[in-house]
This record gives sequence, structure tokens and C-alpha cells, in this order.
Amino acid sequence: MPKDTGIGASTKRREDVRFLTGRGKYTDDIQLTGQAHAAFVRSQVAHGEILSIDTSDAEKMPGVLAIFTGEDFVDVGGNPAGWLINSRDGEPMKEPKRPVLAHGKVRHVGDAYAAVIAETAEQARDAAEAIAADIKELPAVTNMAQALAGAPFVHDEIATNQCFDWGWIEDNRAATDEAIRNAPHVTTLELVNNRLVPNAMEPRASTGDYDPGTGDYTLYTTSQNPHLTRLLISAFVLGIPENKLRVIAPDVGGGFGSKIYHYGEEALVLAAAKKLGRPVRWTATRSESFLTDAHGRDHVTKIELACEKDGTFIAFRTETMANVGAYLSNFSTATPTFLHGTLMAGNYTVPNVYVNVKAVFTNTAPVDAYRGAGRPEATYSIERVIDKAARELGLDPIAIRRKNFVKPDQFPFTSAAGLEYDIGNYDALMDKLEELADFGGFAERRKASEAAGKLRGLGINSYIEACGIAPSNLVGILGSRVGLYDAATVRVNATGNISVMVGAHSHGQGHETAFPQVVGEMLGIDPASVDIVHGDTSKIPFGMGSYGSRSLAVCGSAVVRATEKVIAKAKKIAAHMLEASEADVEFAEGNFTVAGTDKSVSFGEVALKAYIPHNFPLDSVEPGLEETAFYDPANFTYPAGGYACEVEVDPETGKVTVERFTACDDFGNVINPMIVSGQVHGGIGQGIGQALLENTVYDENGQLTSASYMDYAMPRADDLPFYTVDHSCVTPCTHNPLGVKGCGEAGAIGSPPAVVNAVIDALQSGGHNVTHIDMPVSPSRVWAAMNNA
Amino acid sequence: MATIKMTVNGRERSGEAEGRTLLVDFLRQELNLTGTHVGCDTSQCGACVVHVNGEAVKACTMFAAEAEGAEVVTVEGMANPDGSLSVIQQAFQDHHGLQCGFCTPGMIMSAAALLKDNPKPTEAEVRHYLEGNICRCTGYHNIVKAIMAASGQDVSAVAAE
Repeated sequence: MPKDTGIGASTKRREDVRFLTGRGKYTDDIQLTGQAHAAFVRSQVAHGEILSIDTSDAEKMPGVLAIFTGEDFVDVGGNPAGWLINSRDGEPMKEPKRPVLAHGKVRHVGDAYAAVIAETAEQARDAAEAIAADIKELPAVTNMAQALAGAPFVHDEIATNQCFDWGWIEDNRAATDEAIRNAPHVTTLELVNNRLVPNAMEPRASTGDYDPGTGDYTLYTTSQNPHLTRLLISAFVLGIPENKLRVIAPDVGGGFGSKIYHYGEEALVLAAAKKLGRPVRWTATRSESFLTDAHGRDHVTKIELACEKDGTFIAFRTETMANVGAYLSNFSTATPTFLHGTLMAGNYTVPNVYVNVKAVFTNTAPVDAYRGAGRPEATYSIERVIDKAARELGLDPIAIRRKNFVKPDQFPFTSAAGLEYDIGNYDALMDKLEELADFGGFAERRKASEAAGKLRGLGINSYIEACGIAPSNLVGILGSRVGLYDAATVRVNATGNISVMVGAHSHGQGHETAFPQVVGEMLGIDPASVDIVHGDTSKIPFGMGSYGSRSLAVCGSAVVRATEKVIAKAKKIAAHMLEASEADVEFAEGNFTVAGTDKSVSFGEVALKAYIPHNFPLDSVEPGLEETAFYDPANFTYPAGGYACEVEVDPETGKVTVERFTACDDFGNVINPMIVSGQVHGGIGQGIGQALLENTVYDENGQLTSASYMDYAMPRADDLPFYTVDHSCVTPCTHNPLGVKGCGEAGAIGSPPAVVNAVIDALQSGGHNVTHIDMPVSPSRVWAAMNNA
Repeated sequence: MATIKMTVNGRERSGEAEGRTLLVDFLRQELNLTGTHVGCDTSQCGACVVHVNGEAVKACTMFAAEAEGAEVVTVEGMANPDGSLSVIQQAFQDHHGLQCGFCTPGMIMSAAALLKDNPKPTEAEVRHYLEGNICRCTGYHNIVKAIMAASGQDVSAVAAE
């Protein structure tokens, strides 16, 4: 049974108190003395040639301190892509420069080409409006198929608009083609994975500061990974030495991927602070967020599933176009490839998998990882085509999945897409799902819906994801330009309380509560005496940050390793204090004891001794009690789950309502069940949003027509039901010390196919031969499908 | 610029504002009450909800000048006089009704206004009332649950925390 406060306890979150009382400190809440404000001038056309920029009127406006244009940054570096992808023919991907401010051309609506610094934010905005740019509008392209067909070209030097043409696994291509040619049954599905705007509730914000006395820069910014931001600014963009740049990501109001990346505004406020010798702040409006935050998804896919008549899978073959937008955001090339193609075997023993992905430049905002990142796209394609195949073959959708599941005794299992799944039990998850979702009662509920004039459908989904990103060696082979370890320092203070500096960043995930539960459990002390320090490059050793459901699996493992080192050193000190051999000293429940005696010292006494080293074994042990560990995982982790959704469809209007939603996940061991359930709830909310509501629409001229909450349908409380979530099916990860897998993305990965499968099931039950509707499954799309089929 | 005076969280406060200054910007920048947040520019997200003369108001929909002489309560004024969490705040912590915390001040202020008018709302009433408050983290499950719990209703039958 879980103890009250340690691993497995639903400890209430300590960070809540400051948020509930209005004392959170987000970037825009921090006022620096003498702070000036930036406003950006952004392109109103999707594609244009900058002929001239006249700043003379703006310069005379009240409060204006400085004006920057793209010209000011031609001699500094660009914001790079973090992952090099090679095309099938071995050619490296096309990697156009992404400047701090656009120069020469603007390439999407919202592309910033100038910035004004003024005494107040209002003055900066007023002056920004007074900048007169002569921009010759050029033809724009937003549709991927059109972009691949020829001009216009987003980057003149890339006269194909293609970033890469990637095959995975290229050596499997011929065998997969052959298997599909010879298969008794092939189901084909063409689908769109709709483009989404992440919409963390806190808009991006950055404040740059520069100290002319020391040459030190400080950047306060809305980041999920301050060290990565520092690295990008230092090594690629501005060339500020890393030791002269401190990046602070204070309280951050959600990220969902969009705050992983370095953005030009961060470099601009630093450059402006240096020029003016004053802090410079910029805070995005929501409209700017819509136009410039990295968007998510946006795949157009054709998937084929070849199988025997009995439903045994023979092959999955996928062709995908992935929109990368106008520039490559930092992880944009990894998302549709190694976070997508490698998952295209799903939970299944299918022997043949081949994936082709063409990444395409368009005159739209950059697209990058958004909650799930590649894995929702893979799961959606697989789980939709399986449902369609089951229907064509007259098979039960659960039975066809079970028939093809990797079985518990097959782990470790190398999938046909090349990943080695270490452990799992997909049948157990499906058993639990059948129980909690009450499949047995569905027929009755359908009858009741029908009596009320509604159609009712049940949709299921089995997902697998690769999380805990990632083994550095593996991602290095696959093209990553960074390592993906994480780091932690455990500092035991003289009076016995503890500060843990972690590379992970908490922006809603509850690290400040969950990580102390781990340390407290290991040291046998109250977690309340353990504090987490994060989000400041000057305080923490290093870190790759939080994304890819990696915080606990990777950084948590570093915390464990550092704590183990602390215990090992403390044991040496205890042995000296107890006048015993180190080999005879045991540590349990916060006390060091000598086996077979009543001699004992507490952890707190050892901590004090470490800092007051009178009578101390200085020849063999240093004073102090502080240890650092870097942890690089041996493999990805593989959370998996079974999801079920029940919907009602109103045949009169096409409106879909989610009536029941059940999620059974295997996250391995769980540290704080309350927080884990909350993560799943949030993911489901976003997944249902994608399935039913959210869509990002550019018109043919490249104008974003869904650029505010008036037009972009964010899920609201009355769009969603209560969910049933369960994480009692546990197969502990085999290769990290906590046996944990990560839970942050599962809900967003598992829910969209369950929702759409349910809608199709509902329509089929009403005699409508509808086999697919693209997301978002809006009333108009459902109504049209019903009335055309 | 004009000097604007109002009572905020029980104290007389004053500050400078342009005619176009929104109440939310006045609270944040002039009075340094940064608990009230700005999450959008179309009065949709509800992160800036405060109470003005007892009514829940999105502070981005009012000019500071319109609140001259008004009684304003922000999230900073919601805890009990001894500094402990109010019933609603405590319910949000107990039921994990917040994650990143950015929408939370608006949620607390809206929840308080709802429960004042409707002390025992149904699930549907809570969800409907929160139409003007967007949260991206929680999927609303635990927010709805927390508000119902704060109203004294037994929420133990609602699925896991």
C-alpha cells in the first residue's frame, strides 16, 4: 500500500497555494527596474518581398527608444533545426536560414520583420503601427500537394518546397510492397490529421536584461527547457557565450510543446537590452500566439493495412505529407519522422511496415511537436484503418486488435518499425477497458439513445507511444544534434533539509510535489523538507527540459542516481561516526545502523556532520553532502493503453456529444496517482478537442482564418464529460530505476481515434454507410456525410 | 493620464491610467496585482475575471476609468482573513483543479460568483457557467469536481481524482 507521503501517494500539490492566491510569478509578472517594452511588426501577407521599410515616422513617436529590422541581424546566426533528416536517396534535408527578423522576404502571416522598443508597451505598439513597409505581395502556397507541384516557392533556393523525402525503414520497402500486393485483403484509408494551435493559456513572453558592468545577459522567458534555449541562442543565434547568458523560465502557464522552441523574440529582447542598457520586455497577444507559436500535427496521409481474411495483420504502408510551415522549428523534422514512423507498427506483431514522409514548406506558421508529437498521428492512422478493416471483414474491433497484439511473453519485442518495446501487457489493458467502460451495457445505452432519437456509437483505440525521450546514442544515429539525457543535483543542507536542482521544467506537471516524494521515500524523510529548484540555468546543473513525457523517466532517474550517491557518501560519514566498517552500515527509513548492534545515527545527524566536519575522515571523504547525476536512458519507455469513447450523434444536426470516455493506461509505476490522472484528463480534453472542435484554417492566400478564440474552437467545460481513468495495469519499465514510463501525452494520443471510431460506429448503426470523416468531426461534416451516404 | 481611485480587496488604491487603459492592465501594472491574468485579446478566455461591485467581470472588458470608485476584488483578495485558503481555493487544491495555474485566478473568481448565485449547482450548471473560462490543462474534470465539492456536494462518486 502507498505510504502517506512517498511513492504512490496522492499528495496534494504544494505549488497550488501560490497559484490559487494569485502569487504565481509568470514572465509577464516580473517587473525589472527601468524596463522598456518591445512590439513587433508582422507581415500581413503570407508571402512577400520586402522592398523597403520606412521607420522615420515611428522614430519620432513618443517614448520610442530603438527600432530594429531584419537588416540588423543579417550578420548573426539563424534558429536551427535540431534534427537532421536524410532523404531516401541519402540527400540531407533542406534547411533554410530562420533569421531573428525576416530579411528580404516574409514567408507567413505573422512573420516579424521589425521591432520597436519604447518606454511603454502602448507606445511600442503605437510606433509599430507607424512603420511603413513596402512589401510586394507574392503568390502564396498553403496546400501541401500544391506546394510539391511547383511554384510558388517558399524559399527561392528550394525549388521543390520539399524539405525531405524520408523512408522508414527503407530496406523494408520492397518486402512491404510485395506483402500488400499478395495480401488477401487490403484496407485503404486517406485521412487528414488536422492542424492545431497548442494554445497554452499563458501567451509567450520574454524579457531580456544586460549588465554592462559584467557583460552578463539574463533572459526571462516562457520556456519548457531553459538550458536548450540558452544553447540555441549561444551556439547558433547570437553567439553570447553560455557562461554570460542566464536563462530563467519562471512559472510557465502551460506549454504542450509550443514552449520547447527558441523563437526570434527571445533573441530580439536580448539584443535590444544590450543596445539600450535597459531590460526589454515583450509579451505576446493571443493573436500573435495564433500567428507565430509553432502549430501541431498537419499531416495528410494514405495508409494501407494488408491482412488475412481472419484479421491477421500482414503489413502497414503509409504515405504522409507533413507540413513544416515556412521555416524549420527546432524539432519540426523529428516529429513526422522518428516520433511517427517508428511507431507505425502500433501494439501489433505485424511483420511488415513501411512509412514514407515528405516534409513540405508552405507559407504558414512553423509546425512542430505538440502534445504527443508524431505519436498521435501514428496512432490515429493505425487505429482508424484497423477499425475500417474490421468492418470490411465483419470482425469485432476488439477481437481484431487482440488477435494481433504483442503478447506479454514476447517482450522484449522488436517491432517491424524498428523499436524494441521492453515490456507491456495490451490484453490486460483491454480487459480492464472492457470492464470499466462497461461494454456489456452498451447495447442498452444505445437503445435508450435511439429511443430519444439519437444515434449512439462506441469506439475503441489501443495506443503505444515511445516516451522518455531519449537515448542519446540512438537519437544521435537518427540525426539528432543534441543528446537527450537529463541532470539533477541533490544538495543536502547542513540542517538536513534538501534542495534538488532538476533539469526538467514544471509548467503544470507538479514536479515540485512529485519529485520530493521520490527523494523523501529514498531517504526516509518527510518530502516536505525537500524542495525542487528548476527553470534557471544559473541554479541547476544542466537539463534538456520537459517534453516527450520525459520529466520523471529521465530527469527523475537522474534524481534517483544523485540521491543514491548522496546515500553512498552519507554511509561513509555514518561509518566513521559509528566507528564501524562501511560494509556493516545499513540505511533504512532515514537511519544508518550497524548490523547486529543498536548503534544508529539519523540522516540529519550525518548531514550536520558533513558540514561541521570536526573529527571527520578528511583523508577519504570530502566535507559537504551534495551530488550530481546525469542520466541517459537505455531505451525509450513505452506507455500503452486502451481507450473507449461513447458518443451520441444528433441525426437532425450532426452534432456529436461525448457521453462516456474511459482511459486505461499502463504508465509503469506511478509516483502520484492524482497528478497522473490529471495529466490524462488534460490530454483527453485536448484529444477530444482535436477530434470534434479544433481546426486551423489558412485560406488560399495564406490568411489564418481561425486566429482567435472567436474562430478557433477551444474545448470548453460544457463540451466535455467526466472521464473514467485508470492506471492500475502496471508493467514497470525495465530499464529505469523507478520503473516509470511517462504520462503527459497519452491522453492526447489515445483519444482522437476512439472518438472518430465512435462517430463512425454511431452513423453505421443508423444505416449510414460512412467509413470516414476527417477531424474535426464537426456537425456540418457529420451532417454532410450522413446525407451523402 | 488621469488618477483613478478604487477599492481593491478592501483597500483604497489609486494609480495613473490613460483613457484606453483596461482595468486588467491597471490592476497588473499600476497596482502590481499580477494574479489577474491576460490570456487572450478577445474577451474569451476568462483568465482576467475579477469582481466589480459584487459581479464577476472580465477585467479586459472594462476601462480602468469605468471602475473609478468601485469595489474590486481580485484573486489576491480571496483567501480567508488569516491567509488560509478559502473553501473554493481549498477545494481546487484538494481535487487537483489546477495544473499550470494560469487560468486558475479566473476560475476561482468565476466559481465564487457562481456559488454566490447558485449554492448547489448541478454538473451541467457548472459546465455551462464556465463557458467563458478556458483551461487547457485539466480537461475541466477536476475543475468541475472542485466547484461541486466547494458547494458541499459529495463528489466521491465522480471518477478518480
